[in-house]
Amino acid sequence: MNFSYLTDPAHWDPSNPGSIPNLILSHLGYTALALLIGAVIALPVGLYIGHTGKGSFIAINAGNAGRSLPTLGLLMLMVTLLGLGLLPVLIALTVLVIPPILTSAYAGMRNLDHRVVDAARGMGMRPWQVLSRVELPMALPIMLSGFRNAALQVVATATVAAAVGLGGLGRLLIDGLAVNDYSRVLAGAIVVAALAVLVDLFLALIQRLIVSPGLKGS
Amino acid sequence: MITFEDVVKVYPGGTTAVDHLNLELPTGKITVLVGPSGCGKTTSLRMINRMVTPTSGRILVDGADVSQQNEARLRRSIGYVIQHAGLFPHRTVLDNVATVPVLLGQTRRAAREAALGLLERVGLSAEFAKRYPAQLSGGQQQRVGVARALAADPPIMLMDEPFSAVDPVVRAQLQAEFLRLQQDLGKTIAMVTHDIDEAIKLGDHVAVFRTGGRLAQFATPRELLAEPADDFVASFVGRDRGLRSLSFDSAAELPVRPVDGIDLDDSGRPLGLPGVFTKDDSLRVVTDLVISSPGGIAVRVGPDGAADGLVSHHDLADYLASRRS
Repeated sequence: MNFSYLTDPAHWDPSNPGSIPNLILSHLGYTALALLIGAVIALPVGLYIGHTGKGSFIAINAGNAGRSLPTLGLLMLMVTLLGLGLLPVLIALTVLVIPPILTSAYAGMRNLDHRVVDAARGMGMRPWQVLSRVELPMALPIMLSGFRNAALQVVATATVAAAVGLGGLGRLLIDGLAVNDYSRVLAGAIVVAALAVLVDLFLALIQRLIVSPGLKGS
Repeated sequence: MITFEDVVKVYPGGTTAVDHLNLELPTGKITVLVGPSGCGKTTSLRMINRMVTPTSGRILVDGADVSQQNEARLRRSIGYVIQHAGLFPHRTVLDNVATVPVLLGQTRRAAREAALGLLERVGLSAEFAKRYPAQLSGGQQQRVGVARALAADPPIMLMDEPFSAVDPVVRAQLQAEFLRLQQDLGKTIAMVTHDIDEAIKLGDHVAVFRTGGRLAQFATPRELLAEPADDFVASFVGRDRGLRSLSFDSAAELPVRPVDGIDLDDSGRPLGLPGVFTKDDSLRVVTDLVISSPGGIAVRVGPDGAADGLVSHHDLADYLASRRS
């Protein structure tokens, strides 16, 4: 095993569709789509449950159920039902990101200081103003930590796309294993790990920018 | 004026929090609602700005039924201060204070400018403006809470245990500044506390509640100490109410005897005696001086600090006895 695949300039040539930069792009594409769809579904549900306290068992069980569901198995099931293509991959990855996003949105709303919310209402904020100006900004640190968690998981797991014929960095792993090219497998593993770290750093930066300094360390 | 008309609040489950409350809180005065926990004082306060809905009865603000008014608009016209201040942790001190003016449609810039003036008014310098609540002490947070409630210059302020989360020294300081502020502003204030001393110190009127949400007595602090309505009020007010009621009596009428037998400096100021009083002090101050001074004598001084009379504890006792007859 060696680093020759990783260090070969030909594998970094963007004009080659199977090159590492292009695989990174498609990998990030699956990741972003899954996170986007997952957030659109899980955020409102988690916020609603956290805000009203209704259906808390959904939020709590979602976390456990999500962790125990094997993504590869789900993907194979979806392919059996829906055929090959992007859709089954997105469904499998979305199911993966929903639990951490939902659970953290729920936790963020549950952990709000009720005295502050009481003050906001008592000062004459309307319900949506309480939500948008007080509750969401205060819940943001916990919500974002769930989102980062989801992003890390999906970056690592999006490699399954290659198992059903799509792109992404999983190609290096699957194809490398198929032809016993362990240098390629190693390259895939390293790039996925590096990408996960970079995505997390990027989200940490976003968190720094949008979370109020007043909430740091609390 | 805030009027409670036969107000009842029964919580789901059957607990009666407020039981047929009739009460008038006069305009421009501080009315303190006081009582043991579970007596309905906070519930009553929160019904004024519709944070709690009465089961029956009406609450009127200057004759208008609050239940007929738009909830958010009503609350914006009433200042609201709570225990622990309830400041928005994600907003700077300045933006906390600017909250209601911004809700009322002022530009952020104008609201911030006005907020800066208010901070000064509650004793916080401009350097606090850019800080976040977590960077302030409890007392400072409570000052910001008061400034925030005053920001839109509401005629009415509701204060729920505003000074109870700070230590006694800071509390006394905040209370004194609050009274000074109220002298300038003349707001109609409803304040809740469980501390009878605070009620007597701050209230123009005090409403004593008993467990079960019933009003036990509504009176001035002086009346409350002199003539508690029943045993409950008497025991709630405390055993030393006679002594405390002396703080409402001026020492101006207290007869004094000529200055004799104490050491004076060249300008006639008493030497070696720390305890002196003036005509503006209360009888409680004089009583304390007489008890604590070694010779049992309190010295009265004039505006220039020169001694102009002496009071012994016999003199004081005679005077107090003569007031009773």
